[in-house]
Amino acid sequence: MPGAAQERLNEFTLKVANVNGTGSASANTLLMKSIFRMGVPVVGKNYFPSNIQGLPTWFEIRVSGQGYRARSGRVDLAVAMNPQTYAQDLAEVSPGGYLLYDSTWPRSHVLAREDVTVLGVPFAELCNGAFDGARTRILMKNMAYVGALAALLDLEMEVVEELAQATFGKKAGLVEANMKAIHLGYDYARERLEPLPFRIAQMDATGNAIMMDGNTAAALGCLYAGASVGAWYPITPSTSLMDAFRAYCARWRADPETSERRYCVVQAEDELAAIGIVLGAGWAGARAFTPTSGPGISLMSEFIGYGYFAEIPAVIFDVQRVGPSTGMPTRTQQCDILTCAYASHGDTRHPLLFPADPAECFEMAVAAFDLAERLQTPVFVLSDLDIGMNDWMVPPPTWDDSRRPDRGKVLTAAQLEQIGTFRRYDDVDGDGIPWRSLPGVHSRGAYFTRGSGHNAAGQYTEDAAEYREVVDRLRRKWATAATLVPAPVLQRAGRPTSVGLISIGSCDGAVQEAQDRLGTEGLRLDYLRIRAFPFNADVQAFLDSHERVLVVEQNRDAQLRTLLLSECSVDGRKVESILSYDGLPMSAEPLVAAVREHLRRGAAA
Amino acid sequence: MTWIKKPQVDYPGLAKNALGLTRRDYEGTVSTLCAGCGHDSVTAAVVQACWELALAPHRLAKMSGIGCSSKTPAYFVSGAHGLNGVHGRMPSLATGAAAANRAMQIIGVSGDGDSLSIGLGQFCHAMRRNVNMLYLIENNGVYGLTKGQFSASADVGSKAKRGEINMQPPIDPVLTALAQGASFVARSFSGDKAQLVPLIKAGLSHQGFALIDVLSPCVTFNDHEDSTKSYAYTRQYYHPAVHTDFVPPAEEIRARYDEGEAMSVDLHDGSRIVLRKAGEGYDPTDRDAAFVRIRERMRAGEWLTGLLYVNTEREDMHGLNHSIPEPLVSLPHEALCPGAAALEQILARHR
Repeated sequence: MPGAAQERLNEFTLKVANVNGTGSASANTLLMKSIFRMGVPVVGKNYFPSNIQGLPTWFEIRVSGQGYRARSGRVDLAVAMNPQTYAQDLAEVSPGGYLLYDSTWPRSHVLAREDVTVLGVPFAELCNGAFDGARTRILMKNMAYVGALAALLDLEMEVVEELAQATFGKKAGLVEANMKAIHLGYDYARERLEPLPFRIAQMDATGNAIMMDGNTAAALGCLYAGASVGAWYPITPSTSLMDAFRAYCARWRADPETSERRYCVVQAEDELAAIGIVLGAGWAGARAFTPTSGPGISLMSEFIGYGYFAEIPAVIFDVQRVGPSTGMPTRTQQCDILTCAYASHGDTRHPLLFPADPAECFEMAVAAFDLAERLQTPVFVLSDLDIGMNDWMVPPPTWDDSRRPDRGKVLTAAQLEQIGTFRRYDDVDGDGIPWRSLPGVHSRGAYFTRGSGHNAAGQYTEDAAEYREVVDRLRRKWATAATLVPAPVLQRAGRPTSVGLISIGSCDGAVQEAQDRLGTEGLRLDYLRIRAFPFNADVQAFLDSHERVLVVEQNRDAQLRTLLLSECSVDGRKVESILSYDGLPMSAEPLVAAVREHLRRGAAA
Repeated sequence: MTWIKKPQVDYPGLAKNALGLTRRDYEGTVSTLCAGCGHDSVTAAVVQACWELALAPHRLAKMSGIGCSSKTPAYFVSGAHGLNGVHGRMPSLATGAAAANRAMQIIGVSGDGDSLSIGLGQFCHAMRRNVNMLYLIENNGVYGLTKGQFSASADVGSKAKRGEINMQPPIDPVLTALAQGASFVARSFSGDKAQLVPLIKAGLSHQGFALIDVLSPCVTFNDHEDSTKSYAYTRQYYHPAVHTDFVPPAEEIRARYDEGEAMSVDLHDGSRIVLRKAGEGYDPTDRDAAFVRIRERMRAGEWLTGLLYVNTEREDMHGLNHSIPEPLVSLPHEALCPGAAALEQILARHR
C-alpha cells in the first residue's frame, strides 16, 4: 500500500530500550538531533531508572511532521538493546509495528508476535570484530544501532556525520571510531533489510526552533535575570538546573583573567538550609533562587512561611516528580500544586507560575525574579520532570538588551535620608506592597525582620489590631499579585461551546493534539491554559461563561480543580476532572476518549 | 508592653568613637529578658565592642534564630538591620546574607537550644563553609522560653529546677567547633566583660567564622545550686587559658609584655590580637593541643576560657568561591546579564 506508506512519512514513534550506564544517551541524542536537523519536528522522552548503572532505561523519539509535542502513546519501532526487557518491549509495539534487536544471539522463539515484524542486526558481532576493549565495544554497539536506524529510516548520513563531528570532535579519534560504528550498522541494514513503511524525509517544519530541556532553559533565565546567589541540595529531577546555571556562570560570570566570580552558588547541607540561604541573600538584596522537587518543598515549608510573613523575595523552582513521599523520582507528575500554593503553617499563599515547555521555563524564570522582588515574597516556578529533563523543540528564548530587572519598591540611601521615620510594613501606595530597605544602605532604613508577630513598623507585637493590620494588608497584596502574574492563554473553539477545557503546564501538548482530533469530529472545545496562581479575572470569567468545565491535570486528587474551587466562585458540580497520574507524560489518545465520554454523559444528562 | 525605645540622652562629656558616636548610639531597645539574665551582660559587651571598634551601624547585620538569646539582637545597635529567623536556621540565613553582601559585618546570636539541638547541622555547616561572621552562643544549658527543659548542653548530673537529673552527655559547642575545623574558637562567661569585649572585637575582625561560646546563666531556670551553668558554679570553676588583648589596625601595641609571655596574631583587616599566657603554657594556634587541654579541664569540672583556637590561614566562603572583591549586591545588571548577542552564541549548540 504505497498510500499508507506515504501517510507515515515523518509520523511515527520509535523507542529504544537500553541498559542505563552504557552510554546510550549520546547515541539517542545523536539520533534525535539528526532528525531535527533534517527539519522534522521531534519529541524526545527519556524514561530512566533511579539508578547509576544496570537497570533498564528507554528513550522514545516521536517524529511528528505535524509538530505535535505530546507523547504519542504508541510504538511503531522498538529497538530492543536490553535482553532483560525483550518481553515488555515486544508487548509495547503497536500492531503492524517493528522490533529491531541484536541478533548476535538469535531469539526468534522469544520474539514471536504475529502482528510485529522482527528485524535482526548482529550489533555485538559487528562491533566485537571492529573494536577492542569491552567498554568501547558496548559504546560502539549504541552507535551501530544509530547507523542501522539511519538506513532503515532514510536519515541523511551527512547530517549524522556533521552532528557526530560536533559532539565528539573535541577528542581526536573519537569521531572516526563513532563513524565507523555507525557505518557498520548502516551498511548491514542497507544490504540485508527491507526499508520500513515509515521513514524520514527532509522538510522545513522546525523553523528557528531549538532543542532544549526545561532545566537548562530555567538556568538560562536565572542567568539573564541577574540571579547572583543560588543554593541547592541535589535532588532528581531538579539537579541539572543548578548544574546548567553553574556552567553558564563559569562561562559568562567569571573574569577571564582573574577567574573571579560574579556569583556564589552554595551546595547546602539540606533543603532547609538551601531555602535559608536564598532568603538570607534575598533579604540582603541579591536575586537568589533554589531548584528542588517535592520532598525539598516539604522540608522548606517552614522557611517559605517565614519568607511570606517577613516579606522576603525568593525564587523556588519545583521540578515536580511523582509523589507521595520518595515516590518515583524519575517519573513525572503535577502533584505539588496544592502543597506549593499554601506551603507552610498559618494563613499563607504563594504565587505559582506554570511553564508549559522549556521556552516558558526561560520566560517564567525571568518573570519569577521580577515578581518576587515586586511582591517581596517567595515565588514558585512549577515545572515537572517531563519539561525539566527532556529535550523539547521550542522557539528560541529572546532577550532585549534594554530590558531591566524590576527590583520593586526598594528605598535608596537618598530616599531614606529624606524620610522622617521608616516604617517597613506600611501600605504607602494602597496596593498592599510596602517599601523595603536593604542592609548596608543607611541606618535610617534599619528595622528588625521577623517571622513573629509584628506591626506595620516592623516591631514585635502581640496586639490584636496590629497583627490584623499586617495580615489584612498581605491579603491586599495577594489581590495585587493577581494583576501582575502571567495571564492565562485562551483558545476559542471558533464557535461558542458550552463545555470548556482548563489545563496547566506540560498537559498542553496532549490537550492541543486532542483538540485537533476532536475538531475533526466537530467536538473542539474552548481551552484555557492557566499560567499562574493567583488566578486572575480571566479564569473566573471562563468558569462563568461555560456550563461545564473539564480540568485536565497530572495528579490523582485533582489538585488544580481543588484550587479553582477554593479560590474562585464556582459550583463544584459543573467542574469535572480528567486525570493522568501514572508517571508518564500525558498522551492525547486517552484524553480524546475521556473528553468524548464526558460530552456523551453530559448530553445524556 | 512589647517594645520600648530607649530615650536618647546626649549630654556633654560622653565619650565618642572615631565616627563621633557615643556608646548609647550602639544600644538597642530595652531588654525584655528576666532581671539578671546573663544574656543582657553579653549584649552590653557587644555594645561596648562595636562602639570601641567604631563600626558603622548600617554596615552591621544582626541575625538570630529563636529563643531567649535570639531576642537579644534587638537590644543592641538599633541602627543596624536585624533578622530574627526560624529556630536553629540562622546560620543558613547568615550564609545567604554573607554570600550576597560580603561588605556587611555579621553578628549571629544563638543559644544552646538553637545551635546544638534543632540547628546543630546548620551550625556545623556554617563553620565548614567558614562564613565570615561572629557567632555568639549564649549558653545556659536550658530552654527558657518553654520553661526549663534541658538543652543539649546540659551536663550529666545537672539537675533541672523541677528535680529531674540529666543523664545524657552534653554536646559542647567548643569541641564541636574544633572538630569541624572552625577558624576561631573561644569560650567566655557573661560575667567577665574584661575577657568578653576583646574577644568580640577579635571575632568581628577575624575573616571567617568566629565562634564565642558564652556561658550565660539563666537566673530563672538554671541558676540553682545543682546547676553546672549557674553564676556561682561558673565563677568558681572558670579557668582562663589565655588573656586576649585586641589591638585595632594602625595602632601600636603599647602594653609591655614579658619575653615568652605573649604572642601576637595578625588579622586580615590589619588588627592584631595579643594573647597573654594565664599561668601555664597554652598555644591557641595548635588545634590538637587545644582539644586535649579543654578535655583535661572538663574532666576536672572546669571551663577553660579565652581564645582557645585561631587559624587566620583558612579561606572564608568567598575566598573558597573565588568571589570578586565587591559585594554581589553592588553589581549593576550589565555585570550579571550576558546580553542578547551572547544568547545567540549560547543557543547555537541547541540548534
